[in-house]
Amino acid sequence: MERKYLLGNEAIAHAALESGVDFVSGYPGTPSSEIIDTLRVQPDRSFYIEWSVNEKVALENALAAAWCGIRALCTMKHVGLNVASDPLMTSAYTGVTGGFVIMSADDPFAHSSQNEQDSRCYAHFAKVPCLDPASVQEAHDMMRDAFPLSEEFGLPVILRPTTRICHSKGDVVLGDAVPGTRKGEFHKDPRQYVVIPAHTRILHKKLNEKQPAIKKRLVERGYNRCEIRGRIAVIASGIGASYVEELLPAGISFAKIGAYPIDEDWLEAFIKKHEKILVIEELAPEVEEQVRQVSGGIPVFGKKNGYAPYEGELSPVLVAAIMVRAGFLQKNPFSPVEPEQNLPVRPPILCAGCLHRATFFAIKKVFKDAIYPSDIGCYTLGLQLGVVDTTICMGASITVASGIAHSGDPRDVVCTIGDSTFLHTGIQGLINAVYNGANMTVVILDNRITGMTGHQPNPNTGVTASGVETPPISLDAVCRACGVTFVETVDPFDIAGTVNVLAEAKKRRGVKVIIAKQMCVIMARRAGVKRKHFAVNGDVCTGCGTCVRFGCPAIEVVDEKARITGLCSGCSVCTQLCPAGAIGPEVLK
Amino acid sequence: MTGSFDILIVGIGGQGTILASNILGKACLIEDRHVKGAETHGMAQRGGSVESHIRIGGKFGPLIMPGQADLLISFDLLEALRYSHYLKRGGRMVVNRHLVLPTSVFTQKIAIPTEEEISGRLKKYNPCLLDADQIANEAGSVLAQNVVMLGAASGAMPLKSESLVAAVKELVPPKTIAVNTKAFDMGREFGRKC
Repeated sequence: MERKYLLGNEAIAHAALESGVDFVSGYPGTPSSEIIDTLRVQPDRSFYIEWSVNEKVALENALAAAWCGIRALCTMKHVGLNVASDPLMTSAYTGVTGGFVIMSADDPFAHSSQNEQDSRCYAHFAKVPCLDPASVQEAHDMMRDAFPLSEEFGLPVILRPTTRICHSKGDVVLGDAVPGTRKGEFHKDPRQYVVIPAHTRILHKKLNEKQPAIKKRLVERGYNRCEIRGRIAVIASGIGASYVEELLPAGISFAKIGAYPIDEDWLEAFIKKHEKILVIEELAPEVEEQVRQVSGGIPVFGKKNGYAPYEGELSPVLVAAIMVRAGFLQKNPFSPVEPEQNLPVRPPILCAGCLHRATFFAIKKVFKDAIYPSDIGCYTLGLQLGVVDTTICMGASITVASGIAHSGDPRDVVCTIGDSTFLHTGIQGLINAVYNGANMTVVILDNRITGMTGHQPNPNTGVTASGVETPPISLDAVCRACGVTFVETVDPFDIAGTVNVLAEAKKRRGVKVIIAKQMCVIMARRAGVKRKHFAVNGDVCTGCGTCVRFGCPAIEVVDEKARITGLCSGCSVCTQLCPAGAIGPEVLK
Repeated sequence: MTGSFDILIVGIGGQGTILASNILGKACLIEDRHVKGAETHGMAQRGGSVESHIRIGGKFGPLIMPGQADLLISFDLLEALRYSHYLKRGGRMVVNRHLVLPTSVFTQKIAIPTEEEISGRLKKYNPCLLDADQIANEAGSVLAQNVVMLGAASGAMPLKSESLVAAVKELVPPKTIAVNTKAFDMGREFGRKC
């Protein structure tokens, strides 16, 4: 046993090692990515690990491993579970023999996500157990316990930490890592693994029969526990429970929900001893709905009667305000304070020397009045440059583009999608667009890596999660195989060349694909790529602002003239834009 | 609120706030204290506003609320002002006087804030202002500016200097231990005079 100060995701990864995990798969997504990023660099690794191309693929791979009797972990963010929901729903029917844990990280407040959905609802929907940690230590302990729980009931178990667990830190008591020693063996059993109607009807019944025992076990394990201290009670889950515990006055009862499904008998017995109940939880009213079902007329305060918000994330200040409003706290201990006003914002922006900015510039130059569907990645920041008109989910740039193209709007449709997102769920949309004869241009922003989530390799990178070299996929060949005849690869740092190819694409009908290929600038720096920095000749600069409008963070204005800072990575795009020819390679003094 | 000592570290992505938070966490473990923290992850880009919360002795949630921080350490002058409302009355503020102007001021033609203007607005918090980049340079590497900042703020922390130095030695790259130890000491010396 040792104590370490760890990130929630590092603690979860360590717990997987303590459980002797045998098989790990997943697709990166904030706030889940650091689990596999921690596991894939473990020395003397005894388990199999992969970054899969998407979450459905990841879940199916891990499910098969668990069918072979070994312990499998599959990680993703909450919206990834949408992609993986097809196998999830039926995996509850087939069950597993080896422990199977699906780690789906939720993101209240959508810090880095397109929505605020709740993975607990999926667990409810699929009828599988779900563990909901309130702290980093609990996330660790629940991950460790999830494998035996999965094996006991022969079901996948969902672990659903939130951003404030995954990306918070704490002193964590750890156990010893043990090597995974199980050997997978697939026992043929069509009645279990071939879900034809005759089999699946029986499997569904079996799944339902497991439920009462699961509910009881989750109380026995102490995940759902309560303490009676008075005549009113707070019931809380997740990080909200930690906030409540810090604020709760003496004499108010407390029940903590750490796992689902909740045992209704246990819940009802607790509620009956009280005169009113406050429910504190993030996202969906998952606990509250259960509480209301068994409350028997005892007043319940929560989201459904406007005491707590449905949206956003909880905070100690917000929980205190809810407790005051519902009469569970005399006074909010946090006095309101006003932030300083009128400060320039500092939002995330594309890096100096990012290929996306250069590509977007060329797109705007050629397609002035076009519709620009885009996708999920760093390049969604192209919104700031006016070249992102839609973003809904992974892979939807190409499908939204073809949908608009078929809808009668006469403008050009030019969509952008990253290499990893294209391989995730973009290819099907491309096949569909070609098959159905859409007129559109697809620009694949090919930076050779999954950038936004922390530079995870993908099939385009030429290396696997564990660092083994692998032949990089040819995006050109994939697009041609989908039936695209106009496929051109360009260097986005060559503005004139990129503009020419885009202009050619604009003239043609059908689906055109342009692959804008240049290494992510952060990866290039790590790989030791050194380019000459550029500088502005102040005597020649007219202060016209063309380079400044390009939006590169390495360009600032001093005394009405442009200046290039130390952030310059040498992409050279600004030299190509400057109408006065004032920018050239830096002359070192 | 529950006896924890709450430190908010703010800055710009890439300035090393996460290493600084890890050093504080490690120092807490050395002293056998509980600690909780939270930080900005997500987009692997540079240049965004970032924050690290550290609650020394914290047993509950990781977030520090506005008006509650005992100590605010800012790696950038403008960010100090942005997060100044987190400081509790009488709390300590330690600020790198280095100012990185956000690209937004140039692309959107917003009035460019000057160092003097921002320092003036910070005056009411009686901050300890230092040139951490210059001190780090003197110590041997500008990259050690985050450790300079910890050193300068260390006098206000309920942690022993020895624990912090031990944590620095354990967490910085082995080749940079000497530079970082010196950076910490020089920062601490400056902080003492502030």
